[in-house]
Amino acid sequence: MDHSATTPVDPLVVDAMLPFFTEAFGNASSLHSFGTEAADALSLARKQVADAIGAHPEEIIFTSGGTESDNLAIRGVVPYNNGKKHVITSVIEHPAVLNTCAFLEELGHEVTYVPVDADGVVDMNILEKSIKENTALISVMHANNEVGTIQPIEKISKIAKENNIYFHTDAVQSVGKIPVNVDDLGVDMLSISSHKIHGPKGVGALYVRKGTNISPIVFGGNHEKGMRSGTENVSGIVGFAKAMELAVKLLDADSIHMTRMRDSLISRVFDTISDVRLNGHPSRRLPNNVNMSFKYVEGESMLMLLDMQGVAVSTGSACSSKSLKASHVLSALEIEDEFIHGSLRMSLGRENTMDDIDYVVDALQETIAKLRAMSPLAGK
Amino acid sequence: MYSKKVIEEFSNPANVGVIEDADGVGEIGSTIDGDIINISIKVKDNILEDVKFKTFGCVVAISTSSAVAKLAKGKTVDEAMALTNEDVINYLDGLPEGKDRCSGFALDALKMAIENYTHKSK
Ligand SMILES: Cc1ncc(COP(=O)(O)O)c(C=O)c1O
Ligand code: FES
Repeated sequence: MDHSATTPVDPLVVDAMLPFFTEAFGNASSLHSFGTEAADALSLARKQVADAIGAHPEEIIFTSGGTESDNLAIRGVVPYNNGKKHVITSVIEHPAVLNTCAFLEELGHEVTYVPVDADGVVDMNILEKSIKENTALISVMHANNEVGTIQPIEKISKIAKENNIYFHTDAVQSVGKIPVNVDDLGVDMLSISSHKIHGPKGVGALYVRKGTNISPIVFGGNHEKGMRSGTENVSGIVGFAKAMELAVKLLDADSIHMTRMRDSLISRVFDTISDVRLNGHPSRRLPNNVNMSFKYVEGESMLMLLDMQGVAVSTGSACSSKSLKASHVLSALEIEDEFIHGSLRMSLGRENTMDDIDYVVDALQETIAKLRAMSPLAGK
Repeated sequence: MYSKKVIEEFSNPANVGVIEDADGVGEIGSTIDGDIINISIKVKDNILEDVKFKTFGCVVAISTSSAVAKLAKGKTVDEAMALTNEDVINYLDGLPEGKDRCSGFALDALKMAIENYTHKSK
């Protein structure tokens, strides 16, 4: 129930990777046959990843994951665009984007953080009004990792294009859940992470549309056409490419399956537990995301009791020294005080079943009843 | 990251509730940004005959509330007032770094309840 954090590696992915630890361990830069084998594997992987998102192989840069891809997209583009020093992003981005933007601010760049509405959708009016002469980049995530809200990427890319501004989207959570095609979305750059789609950890890619003026952030022996130096993680990249191929192949079946489980979980929680709210957009949300808040109880306590029943979830509530702090995403959604500290994210995966949903609903009822019996707020 | 004892205390807390005809009540916290701990006590012959708590909050807030209620129950008013953070932390086999001062929270609620009692009985 915590697939947005990470996913188990698919056995087919493991099978694809294994030879690259033993027989085919070559360095893709070596000229002998071991090296050629690795280089061939890389170019096949590049084609698989490109095909999965409707891109050309030359437009794929392999990285160490979603975080590095976000860094590369922002730090590789912004400082090098004719002195344009302004970036537009949203308040609910992943820290990989937010902290990179904060770093740019320290370097003297200007960043506008566009707010979202109560469902987590970026305010298009404010976004459009934020555009300036010197705006170099807009970066807005495809789907949010906490509340699952899907952003109107096509609309934003149209605005970016009209104003001659590069547009990057973090698609780490959307790949494998909803269609991701770089031309349909109209983006210039797009971040992907392998471990969220049943691939290995520590690998991912940044799609960079041909003609985009981007500079590397990692320098060295000019791997990845100089865009990302360092001996390639061949086994990881091969596994990632296999996972991408599967994600696209299984997309229709996966999304129908996950949507069914998601909607059943949400409606049964509403039916059986009182004082509940759904966080995020009611319909424009990832098929695998359920984020709900329960009045009178706190997130970490729920998480712990659920964990004891074998249900892994995450929460947007953190406690330190008596003060509860809601995540930046939940805070941006303007959720009422009584609800904001009692949030749970349940993120479904391919291998979950309706039986799991039954089990989780029961576990939730038990957990919440137990904590509410202890809460001085309940029944007041 | 939590000791076994913290988890045990959290998942099977004793003394949950509110004493109807309490001799003293202490409540600490706010809905806006904090945990809330309510402790009520029943005192007889200067002894805390019963101590009950209700807590809204994290694992530490609940487990320390339960620990404080257990530690205080059966003690004299003066003994209960003398309980320290260390007593609570030792009882729980330690708290994670950064949360080691949280035990004071439940203690404050207990002491507030005791003061409420001594004030009333004067
Ligand atoms: C939206 C989003 N972006 C970026 C990342 C970071 O990806 P990685 O773990 O591959 O660095 C994550 C994963 O937590 C994410 O959910
Ligand atoms: S009371 Fe929650 S961490 Fe201290």
